[in-house]
Amino acid sequence: MQTISQKQKSIHIVTPNSFLAWIGKFLLILIALFALFVLAKNLIAKPSLFAQNVLDGLKLGFVYALIALGYTMVYGIVKLINFAHGDVFMVGAFVSFFAVEFLGLHVWPLAVFPNINPLLANVLGTITIILLSMVICVLLAITIERVAYKPLRDAPRIAALITAIGVSFFLEYFGLLEFVFSARFIPYKRPFEEMTWYIKDGIHQVEAGVTTPPGSITFSNIFVVIVIATVLAQLFLQYLVRRTKIGIAMRATSFDKPTARLMGINVDQVISFTFGIGAAFAALGGVLFAIAYPSIKTLMGVYPGLKAFVAAVLGGIGSIPGAFVGALIMGQAEVLTSAYVSTPMRDAIAFSILIIVLLIRPTGIFGEPEKEKA
Amino acid sequence: MKSLKILSILLIVAFLAAGCGAKAPAELKVAVLAPLSGPVPTFGNSTRDGFLLAVEEWNAKGGVLGMTVVPVVEDSQCTPDPAVNAANKVINQDGVHYIIGEVCSKASIPVSEIANAAGVIQISPTSTNPSVTVDANGVTKGYIFRACFIDPFQGLVGAKFASENLGAKTAFLMVDQANDYVKGLAEAFKKSFTELGGTIVGEESYTANDTDFSAILAKVADANPDVIYLPDYYNIVNLAAKQAKEKGITAPFMGGDGWDSSDLDVVAAAGGYFTNHYSAEDPRPEVQTFVAAYTAKYGSTPDALATLAYDATNLMFQAITEAGADDTAKVKAALEGITFNGVSGTIKFDASHNPIKSATILKVTAEGVKFEAVVNP
Repeated sequence: MQTISQKQKSIHIVTPNSFLAWIGKFLLILIALFALFVLAKNLIAKPSLFAQNVLDGLKLGFVYALIALGYTMVYGIVKLINFAHGDVFMVGAFVSFFAVEFLGLHVWPLAVFPNINPLLANVLGTITIILLSMVICVLLAITIERVAYKPLRDAPRIAALITAIGVSFFLEYFGLLEFVFSARFIPYKRPFEEMTWYIKDGIHQVEAGVTTPPGSITFSNIFVVIVIATVLAQLFLQYLVRRTKIGIAMRATSFDKPTARLMGINVDQVISFTFGIGAAFAALGGVLFAIAYPSIKTLMGVYPGLKAFVAAVLGGIGSIPGAFVGALIMGQAEVLTSAYVSTPMRDAIAFSILIIVLLIRPTGIFGEPEKEKA
Repeated sequence: MKSLKILSILLIVAFLAAGCGAKAPAELKVAVLAPLSGPVPTFGNSTRDGFLLAVEEWNAKGGVLGMTVVPVVEDSQCTPDPAVNAANKVINQDGVHYIIGEVCSKASIPVSEIANAAGVIQISPTSTNPSVTVDANGVTKGYIFRACFIDPFQGLVGAKFASENLGAKTAFLMVDQANDYVKGLAEAFKKSFTELGGTIVGEESYTANDTDFSAILAKVADANPDVIYLPDYYNIVNLAAKQAKEKGITAPFMGGDGWDSSDLDVVAAAGGYFTNHYSAEDPRPEVQTFVAAYTAKYGSTPDALATLAYDATNLMFQAITEAGADDTAKVKAALEGITFNGVSGTIKFDASHNPIKSATILKVTAEGVKFEAVVNP
């Protein structure tokens, strides 16, 4: 009965709708061609500068990917857009700041083993900082889930969504209090010293006070750390979801909650676990973001959180590879816009991509069309 | 007997009154409107301390034109209403003809309306908004002056320093188009730098929310300028300077007094320069004498606010001395033609009553901010 009525409805509007859609698509194709033309022109004009921008875009995209994973996983399981996720990201950055600045946790390997290889000491120290941030953020996310979301599990989805916005505002404005994180911009001390290399006839290290030759492409150990950490996190998540028991439970819960419960899966625990994993990635993202852009403030999570959310929707919310691909596209869109259009336009263009993708493919790049709609 | 007693009391009162009457012309009341409470109490305390030190020094020298200076301190809270109340009180009740203050532009502007209408001289030590001395129609308020330079002036001095002291031929501008302070400095820099024979090889804008400056800095690296002018606040400077190091950019960053913060990342911004009102390390004898006197009295090094309040007060007294009388019309004329050698530089006034004065250039090093040079316009 329902299918028939839907068909009738679509017959009524099919002509004007398809005509409008045709014009819309034609315009979009024109815009896309123009964008490609601008990019190609700049690629030919200055290939090294273009490559530099792509590399910088990757750095940003990889950090967005870590945040986007949390959005997409939580959405996949409970169909909730967890707007507090960007603020968990901020807490992760602040925990690492306190750990470095006041506890000096990043130098413990040198203090305990004075003869340790300095590189190994740096790696161990940084991992300690990241783990501490992750633990605190996981606890925070599980608390938020238990206090604010679990009581609303059976309420309409809009109620949970508004609660998520409330939690986000609570974290932001609680953090703004003078005795919490304050509203200041705080210079962030990195847990390791940065080193930079440039590519021009091979890879050379950049020395302090020496200008790199023109046409060289620079990258730093921070970029390497971000890429390694994000790729490892992505592989770990794929393994977790595809190959482990908890992963099977997560997928079952995502697919059909009541049946999963009947099969003996503790759905509450699985949901908490999902929030925890998402928060751990947000914490990792927060630490890496602060290391890459070393000035932190209480509202630092708002924009990266929003952009990672867009990335998740772009890739197809609920899809893990989708979040990753969407985040890389967002990173490129931002940096290339900034480089070849104008920096104040970067957010406008990044968010327009969302609108365009939603117009053409509402479920995102990797999203499967929804079979049922309540 | 009783009548004699009354008579003697009356006589004493009469003598006292006569004494007072004779003493009255030998007093000069000067008020300071300082934000001792409100959002910026540290600014207020520094301003009051600088003012009181100047008053004390003049009184120790025998006063102004032989008159003992009587300071009147009012809390104006960096807010229009309390500042207006304080201004009305000192003018109408205390009979003050000379006001030092306010610190904040938004409080100085309403005070300037009252003072100008009453023919009372007001010198604001630190308010940088052009409307403090000029009304909405662009007419200069005759009795209102300031002791600090206005914002765009820093761009001019920065360009001069880059061109003459650093020998820079090319510059790259980074501008937040939504921030008037940044825009004002950048436009003045651009104009002066071009006039001095330099070339602006690139100008890029960003927004205050940005954390990623990689695309702009890639262009900077490609253009390879001699200096990068970024006249924003320290938080943007921290981010941009750190990311510039990652790009292998060695050209120094330059900026204005927005960099002046204990939160400036001196390691990241090392090698950069910024313009400021004054430096306690300036070796000029005026500065060192003042720093020594201030430190002896208050036990701390004077900041820019204390220095400008001290300069504004001395400027007022020198103008009164030159005018030769406690007459605000004459003092106004004296101020317009004055050459005042102060701690923060030599001050002359232009037609808008903004000082033409030297600025201090500070150099950022990994160990902290150091005095570099004084640049005259």
